Parts: sequence; C-alpha cells; structure tokens
Amino acid sequence: MSPQPVPATPKPPATKSPANNPPTTKPANPGGAAAKPKLAVWKFASCDGCQLSILNCEDELLALAGAVDIAYFPEATRGMVAGPYDLSLVEGSVTTPVDAERIRRIRAESSTLVTIGACATAGGIQALRNFADVDEFRSVVYAHPGYVSALDRSTGIATHVHVDFELRGCPIDKGQLLEVFAAFVQGRPPRVPAHSVCMECKLRGNVCVMVASGTPCMGPVTQAGCGALCPSYNRGCYACFGPKETANTASLADQLIRLGLGDRDVMRMFRTFNAAAEDFRQQSVAHDEGGRR
Amino acid sequence: MTHKLTGDQLLTTDPLARVEGEGAMTVRVRGGSVTDVELRIFEPPRFFEAFLRGRAYTEPPDITARICGICPVAYQMSSCLAIEQVCGVRVDGPLRDLRRLLYCGEWIESHALHIYLLHAPDFLGFDGVVDMAPHAPEAVERGLRLKRVGNEVMTLVGGRSIHPVNVKVGGFYRVPTRAELRTLREPLLHAREDALETVRWVSGFDFPDFEQHQEYLALRSPDSYAIEGGSFVSSSGIAFESADFDLHVREEHVARSNALHARLHGVGSYVVGPMARYTINHDVLSPLALEAAAAAGLGATCRNPFRSIIVRAVELVYACDEALRIVAGWEPPSQPAVEVTPRAGVGTGATEAPRGVIWHRYRLAGDGTIRDARIVPPTSQNQASIEEDMRSFVQDRLDLPTDELTRQCEQAIRNYDPCISCATHFLHLHVERA
Repeated sequence: MSPQPVPATPKPPATKSPANNPPTTKPANPGGAAAKPKLAVWKFASCDGCQLSILNCEDELLALAGAVDIAYFPEATRGMVAGPYDLSLVEGSVTTPVDAERIRRIRAESSTLVTIGACATAGGIQALRNFADVDEFRSVVYAHPGYVSALDRSTGIATHVHVDFELRGCPIDKGQLLEVFAAFVQGRPPRVPAHSVCMECKLRGNVCVMVASGTPCMGPVTQAGCGALCPSYNRGCYACFGPKETANTASLADQLIRLGLGDRDVMRMFRTFNAAAEDFRQQSVAHDEGGRR
Repeated sequence: MTHKLTGDQLLTTDPLARVEGEGAMTVRVRGGSVTDVELRIFEPPRFFEAFLRGRAYTEPPDITARICGICPVAYQMSSCLAIEQVCGVRVDGPLRDLRRLLYCGEWIESHALHIYLLHAPDFLGFDGVVDMAPHAPEAVERGLRLKRVGNEVMTLVGGRSIHPVNVKVGGFYRVPTRAELRTLREPLLHAREDALETVRWVSGFDFPDFEQHQEYLALRSPDSYAIEGGSFVSSSGIAFESADFDLHVREEHVARSNALHARLHGVGSYVVGPMARYTINHDVLSPLALEAAAAAGLGATCRNPFRSIIVRAVELVYACDEALRIVAGWEPPSQPAVEVTPRAGVGTGATEAPRGVIWHRYRLAGDGTIRDARIVPPTSQNQASIEEDMRSFVQDRLDLPTDELTRQCEQAIRNYDPCISCATHFLHLHVERA
C-alpha cells in the first residue's frame, strides 16, 4: 500500500474558506417539502466520543429526531435507511485502505458532509503514527503484525474528499454541534467562532495562566469553542480544538522555551490530538531532533 | 432474508448496531450444529501502546482517555494509579473521594446510556430509542434525565463529560468548593429516585431462559463496592493484586480467528463487568441498592446475561447513593493534587469501568519518560465468553428465521455492553465467506 501524503498546504481556516460554507439545504430525497432531511452518522478511526455528543444532547435529542430523519446511525439504532443522505456527519480519521474507499462512497451519496471532531478534521491522536514507523508500531501492539491492515498515515476526511464544514474539538462541543444542526435545517452557514482560546479566556474573565503563573498554554494558537475550559481549571490549554487561523506557532514555541520547556516538551505540546494539522505539524517537526520529517 | 438456517450456512450480522464502535459476528453452522462463532470488530488499529512510548509520565490521563469516549474516566483513573504506583505516591482522602465521585458520574451516564438508549429497545422490540420514545415516553425521558445528571457530575468535577480536562496524575488541577459540590445534591436525589424506578422497569422485561457458567472477575475493596481501585477476586476464589495481573491473565492467540483472547490462568475464559461485580461484591452494596436488587429478584449472583440490565440498574442506584454520600461529607483538601516526582520503575493500575475492569501497566525511565505501556480493556477480556455464549445461544435457536435470530444475537452481544473501540487491537480484520 502507498502511504497517504500529509496535505502539502495548510488546512483552510474555519468559517472563512469556501470549504466551510455549506450549501443551502437541498433535500436529496424527492419527497417534496414535507419530507424531513435524512441524517447519516458515519464512524472511522475514533473513540466514539463525538457521536456520543449527539446522544448527550439529552434536552434536544427528541426534538432533533423530530426535525430530521435519522436514516443511518449504528451507534444509536439498528434501523438503516439507504442513501442518498441530505446531511452526513463523519467521525474519525482514515487509516485503512478500505476506509479510504468508503469515504468516497459516502461523499457520493451525501449532499452535505460535515466532519465532527479532531480525528475527522486533522487525523486525531492516531496521527502520531505519521511521525513514526508504522511497522514498528504494529509489532509493539500486536503479536501477529502481519494481520493488521493499516495505512502509514492517519488523515482527516478533507484529505480524501470535499468537506462542506469542519467542526473542531476532541471532543466537539455540544453547543456547536446543535448550531450545525440548526444552520443546516435553516439553510445557512454555521456561526462558529474562528478566534483563539485567549479570546474566550478574556470573555470569561480568567486570569492568564501563562502570564500570571508561567503555565505553558496553547491558548494563543488554538481555535475557540471549548469556552476556555482548561485555563478555567487552572491548567494550560492543550489545543484539542486544533490551530486557529493564522496561528503564530513559532512565536508561541519561543515563549514556551522561555518558560523553561525543552525542545522535546514543545514538540509534544504540538503533537497531540491535532498533530497532523499543518500549522502544528510544522512546529512539532521543527522541535523534533532526529524524528521523521 | 427470512429463511431458516439449515445445512452449512453462515449467519452474519454486519455491522452490529448500538454498540460503541462497529463489530460483526459470524456463526458457522454445519449439519444443524453450530461449529464456530466469531465476533469481529470493524475498528482500525490506533496503536495507543506504541505512541505512548516516549511521552511524559504526566500525559497518559489525557491521551488514554481518547481510547474510548464512553468511558474516558476509567482510562484516566487506571493510568493515574499505575503511574502513581511507579512514583511511590498514594492518593487518598478527599482527592480519592473526588475521583470516586467523578467515576460515579461516568457510571450513571454510561449505564443510563446503555440501559435506555442501547439495550431496552431490544427487550421492547424497537430499533432504537427514537422509535421507542413515542411508545414509552416516560421511560425515555427518565433515561435522558439520568444520563444528564451523570454528565452534570462529570462536568462539574472533570470540566466536561467526554474527555474530562481536570484529571491529573496525583489528583486534580482544581478542586471544587463545597458550595459547588452541593449543587449536585438536588439533581442526584432525583436521579436516585429515577434509578430506583429503572430497577422496577427493567425487572419487568421478558428474559430469555439462558444461563452461562463463566468465571467472574472483578475488583474488591474491603468496605465498599470497588470502583476506583481494589484487588482482583474471581468467583471461584482466585485472588491477586493488580501488580500480578499479567501473571494470572494471558492473552492467547486463537488461530481460527486470529484474535487474542484473555484467559485466566487455570480457568480459561472469564467475564468482567456488572454481573461479575455484583456476584463478588453485592455484600458491600448500600442498603438501598441491596433492597432494590432483592425486590427485582436478584439473589447472590446473576447467571443470565440478559438480566445484566437489572444489575446495571442496581448499580445506577448505588452510584447515585455513593455520589450523594460523597457530596454530603466532602471537605476540600489543602492541595488539589499530591506532588508526583518521577522515578524509574514499573507500575500497574486497575479500576472498574462501567463495562468491566481496565488494567494499565507503565514502565518509566528516571526522568518520567514512558518506556512501554500495556492496556487491557474490558471488552477484550469478555470476547471469548461472548463467543461461547453465542455458541450455545444460537444452537438452541437454529429454528428461528434468520432475521429474528440476527436480532436476538445482537441483543445477546449487547448484554456485555461491548465497548468495541477500546478492544479493537485484539481483533483481526478479516471477513470469512462460506
């Protein structure tokens, strides 16, 4: 099998690029105005946490089920309706040859395709293999590595097919997910902020953990969406929403070094749940002595 | 496809709905006898144990949470215990209580999810909770209420319910105030009533006449129902500490399926999870949970996997009870975490995830760098027993139309609340065709 290349160009920033403006709702089913849009939820390599976010909408779940026809969602129902689908939510990253084919079929039968979470958007934690020798990984975990079929790289969905909107987070935020549903039903682009976690800290009235107590924090380069959760719990942000647009990762890396972190620590901070997002990948590689570039 | 199984046939369920992750099962029938059952998992490998090598000793709680979005706390807690053991640290008192409270939140959320959204629809003949809602609106609302309270507990203590951010090796980044914790009291009181109603509701379901006689394995603590730690005890009396887990449990390669099956030394396949915990620890349940269990007809053990839904409901009552007990008596510690200084060595940690015990082992270098990691999740431990269950279950039901048999098999697998995405790396991705 041939390795999946890491995307050569930076991923488009959230909300600003054409890729993140979903088309106006066009019901794929010919049932007319009365037909509810058909929703499908797909799983690739992931922890299931982003799908669970749908079921965690306890107050909205039944209303949601009233507004859309849940046509395919194996985590929630054994009932399965064939495509095409009006809205496909995709969780997880592409890590096997079979899945690289499967995502193309799903794209072909989906009017609108939205990725949910860091795996589907940036390859997830399993993209740590992208910086290592997968054969070695296989032999660490499996007694019979020859039986395990896996690509050398874990890649986000947009590496393979056109994505209409990418919802960030590891896991996604429930409020942002509901905004995606509302926007879809109303035929408008989701309103999801593209600013940094720093902005959310200011809005929340948090004291800056990096300035006040020298705690390493990824907030300045990380896209908002969590409500500045980690700084509110007295820890630095660990970037689970991935890079914000025009993130100055080099400047943050310098600051982290000034706080006393070594190159290896800086490399690890950029190499977690969004390790394959281009801005983070470049910065982690810059601090990786002897690693695979 | 509604014809019956005769002669040499394959029954395949594909993919298995309503388990977290996607699996499939193959049953091979030859001359009217079940010769082979294989539960397969369509989950690509993610290589956690490999990429943990070289990471810092502070990172496993955040990284291993991502193995499973349904039981992240279980991974966080087992990894913390293991690393604290390497470093010679013991977390006790209010910090341990806070961990137990967070874990109770995960039990409430996960058990409510499984009982109401995933398993009850099987018993009542629905495809899923959305179909069930118009027919059992009160029950569905009760289930969603319970689930919400579990998430509230996790959100307050952990920062969020999926992949909590507040857990660290040694304790927490920030501990709540007493006043913050007290806000959980009212919701938990309501949840406990809902949990008691849950026991009554599920104990009225129809249960297939089916028994299995597997060995049960669970953690045990001297004075409470083990959740966030304990020693291993089995139903036949085998007892060992977490540090000796890999002396007692071997993962065997099964040539037929290329899967690894966990085997208890001297016994063979075994079961972890609610039925095992209840059998081994029911004597230390709270009085209210014991009373609910007795009223639901549970005795000293539970041997019918279909009745595991009742045990889960009893554990819901217990988790609410425990959460209330901790909330009522909790005093904040002077520090949110114990200082943990890295040192070279090996440590293990085991805790009870909602679906069964999770065991972690780490070897650290002197500077805290992880040299190697091993993680044994519950579903890989139950895998062999699920297959054995299915063998006798299908044998007695070969006369059923295929689609009905398929539905019943799915229900039987869901008895174990399999967390497919945790167990993925024990399975070979291979589809057999007759």
